[in-house]
Amino acid sequence: MSEYRTVVGLEVHVQLLTISKLFCGCSVTFGQPPNSAVCPVCLGMPGVLPVMNQKAFELALRAALALNCQIAPYTKWDRKNYYYPDLPKNFQISQYDLPFSFEGYLDIPASLDQPSKRVGLFRAHLEEDAGKSMHDESGQGGSTKVDLNRAGTPLLEIVSKPEIHSAEDARAYLEELRLLLKEAGISDCEMQEGSLRCDANVNIHIPQADGSFIATPIVEVKNLNSFRAVERSIRYEAMRQMEQYQKDGKKMGEVSKCTAGWDDARGVTIVQRRKEEASDYRYFPEPDLAPIRITAEMLERAKASLGELPHQARARLQADFGLGIYDADLLVRMGRAITAYFEKVVSAGADAKSACNWVANQVLTTLNESKSTIDQYPLTPGILAGLVVEVQKSGLNMQRAREVYGAMLADGVDAKTAIQKLGFVAVADEAALAEMIRKAMAANPKAVSDFKAGKIKAADSLKGAVMKETKGMAKADLLQKILLDELNKV
Amino acid sequence: MSSPLAERPVRELKGLLDSGAITSETLVIDCLVHISQRNPAIHAFLRVNPEAALAQAKAIDLKRKTGQAIGLLSGIPIALKDNICTKGLTTTCSSKILEHFIPPYNATVVEKIISADGIPIGKTNLDEFAMGSSTENSAFGSTRNPWDLDRIPGGSSGGSAAAVAGSLVPLALGSDTGGSIRQPASFCGINGLKPSYGRVSRYGLVAFSSSLDQIGPFSNDLFGTALLLQAIAGHDSKDTTSINQSVPTYLEELDQPIPSLRIGIAKEFFATGLDSEVEKAIQDALMVFKSLGAKVVDVSLPHSPHAIATYYLVATAEASSNLARFDGMHYGHRSKEKSSLIDTYCNSRGEGFGPEVKRRIMLGTYALSSGYIDAYYAKALGVRRLILNDFNNAFETCDVIIGPTAPTAAFKWGEKSSDPLAMYLSDIYTIGCNLAGIAGISIPCGFTTKGLPIGLQLQSASLTESKLLRAARMFENITPWHTKRSPTFS
Repeated sequence: MSEYRTVVGLEVHVQLLTISKLFCGCSVTFGQPPNSAVCPVCLGMPGVLPVMNQKAFELALRAALALNCQIAPYTKWDRKNYYYPDLPKNFQISQYDLPFSFEGYLDIPASLDQPSKRVGLFRAHLEEDAGKSMHDESGQGGSTKVDLNRAGTPLLEIVSKPEIHSAEDARAYLEELRLLLKEAGISDCEMQEGSLRCDANVNIHIPQADGSFIATPIVEVKNLNSFRAVERSIRYEAMRQMEQYQKDGKKMGEVSKCTAGWDDARGVTIVQRRKEEASDYRYFPEPDLAPIRITAEMLERAKASLGELPHQARARLQADFGLGIYDADLLVRMGRAITAYFEKVVSAGADAKSACNWVANQVLTTLNESKSTIDQYPLTPGILAGLVVEVQKSGLNMQRAREVYGAMLADGVDAKTAIQKLGFVAVADEAALAEMIRKAMAANPKAVSDFKAGKIKAADSLKGAVMKETKGMAKADLLQKILLDELNKV
Repeated sequence: MSSPLAERPVRELKGLLDSGAITSETLVIDCLVHISQRNPAIHAFLRVNPEAALAQAKAIDLKRKTGQAIGLLSGIPIALKDNICTKGLTTTCSSKILEHFIPPYNATVVEKIISADGIPIGKTNLDEFAMGSSTENSAFGSTRNPWDLDRIPGGSSGGSAAAVAGSLVPLALGSDTGGSIRQPASFCGINGLKPSYGRVSRYGLVAFSSSLDQIGPFSNDLFGTALLLQAIAGHDSKDTTSINQSVPTYLEELDQPIPSLRIGIAKEFFATGLDSEVEKAIQDALMVFKSLGAKVVDVSLPHSPHAIATYYLVATAEASSNLARFDGMHYGHRSKEKSSLIDTYCNSRGEGFGPEVKRRIMLGTYALSSGYIDAYYAKALGVRRLILNDFNNAFETCDVIIGPTAPTAAFKWGEKSSDPLAMYLSDIYTIGCNLAGIAGISIPCGFTTKGLPIGLQLQSASLTESKLLRAARMFENITPWHTKRSPTFS
């Protein structure tokens, strides 16, 4: 099988973090009883009119700026007409030919093994969500039920260019997009609750001997319920298209675009329908809503509300704290609040690399276990910095340090007090350590001879014996130095 | 049998109420009695709401008795076209598809009427979804012209016009998308005003064509017209197409003549098809204005021959989308045929809509469909702009443009119902006003030899209703036409 290049464009819908719907005052809180968060406007009753939610537009504008989009000075609403029981008006208010933002990009961040990659965006536009249809899946032919709580929820549709070239990159793109939107307070991006949804347009380019390539027909993959599903489905679909091409030789343009559903349990895409002709949505300008002029003041406000974006934070953490790509990324992914905590730990005197390790490991574990956020975390940055400093100074090993940390949380004391209370006094007396080493060497002559024969690892058992005797309190770097000295004396 | 109180000019009725000479209860009972006597012949009302109307009248009378302030409408009963939503009171749009629809909310105009101590007394007949010019397209029987029961009252607000002309009620609201207030006012010998687009909230008016629809008053005198307009005009936060500008004091300004009034005459309003008796009445009206010192100027509306074609593209396109919500899924008629989703849509709409509504939905769907939208809908929007420019140019040199409201007086029942195009042409002089979004009024200006009323149309620039009413009042003040009542019931 020849090599091929995967080509993916992603269409992402995110629900904006508003209190109310896009065109009425109904609540958008997830999980309310069916059809309880509805009013005449979102039910599409006769005679009602939409009124735009200003907050939704502000959030959308903020997102467009964060995604480096160009902003239209003038934008309007359009009706997309189609019939479906969960669409009460039988048209969706969306944006067609004059979206409020277009031509942006998102950079997939660099990692240890690959540089940053830029993915272009066609557009980002605002629209209202439809309700939810719940079909009878028992096969008994029961009624389909419709819940209109979601109808009218503000959605931002972000359409990427087909510039994603692997399943892994598709996932990385989504992760970066989610991080960006969450950090800027635009969306909570919970795929489980449907506040982030993704469809993937996939095809492959098969290189030819003359340097050209053949493109296969584009398939739109739907029903993607997790980032993992996005990744797996793209990988599968690309493979399937290669096999299909080898069977029928069909190229792009020779068959119409079609839709496929992802079956997560079986790990396969299932081609659902071939669109014989493009659906005619009869788009036309929404006469019930005035067009919007985006003023310089609106843009300024949106810019001011952005805050530090993930790529800016990564660069700053590397430049200002000397962190590597990996650590900087680790912190940024934990969010602005935890990054800010980390910075305070460092300014309270801790070394950046150690502080990063502590925050990324112990602090995060504590937060996860107690299902709490950093602002509820009991240790102040100064107290945690004290621990980091003490551990380094005293040379406590990691296991002991964790015990100290546990005691600090349990008793609400600082590192020094906890160490005292636990009786952890690092043995740093050179003479005492040397005596213990000589004793261990005497008890284990084989280790000594093995070491002398070039088995460096043999020294570990001697170290272990000293640690055992000191209950793990021997100062590790000092022990190492003296051990080597003693072995060299033999 | 005593003659109805509603025969009196509204100016007089309001005086009687305000002075305590009659009570609101007396007036409401008098209206209810005459409705029960006359409505079987005219069929202006689809339903009345006697209990609620009487209860409200008694409450207003009590307020008056105890010296509390009474709202502007002084306890006058008002008929509402049945496409204006009334909370708890069936609102059908004269369509089978909404035969049993009870809105859970009041239209903004209804709220405003109630808070101004006006009394919604019942709902009046119309052409189904306001589509028609004769009120023959009602699913619940046609309305008859009080001046000649063999003739139509005009449409689509034929029920409201006939209710006022037949002295069933002193005031009524209609809606005007292409002449649906002015043309029936003309045919019924009363006043009917279409306010500028955005002057009156459309919230709760079941939309036919969102960019053209406006609600407006019917009255037997201009005082009543100004009074009801005063009560319903103004910005509404529920309708973002309503204009956020303060409302002039129409009532106070009404009796102030306009010094050196400039009357515009457009030759396009005296085209072929204009009945000679109508033309004579208009020329006579012009003489009246001249006798008042008005200056007559020739103006040109070169694009008005394209108004009908433009209108039937814009209005039907919007209607095809606005009426999509009537699908039998959430409210309204649902076909009893057990069948697939698509069949349920088709059967519900097929059974629920009448032929004219179906014709317009099909026209509008076609005008918006892919491959045709540029040639039809988009082009119509361009011509609409030209028509507006024509009016704007004309209003540079004149205050009001006068002409006939309709090319003929009321025609016979069934005369044009089999010829849609002939029916459409009865709106030839009223449509431009809606396309341009300006203000227009029809006032009585004479009778044909058969004794049928003739209407004079005055049009003025957007938001100049005060000027329009004052110019009309100058005419009313020295002519007898508005005092004439139908001899049918005397």
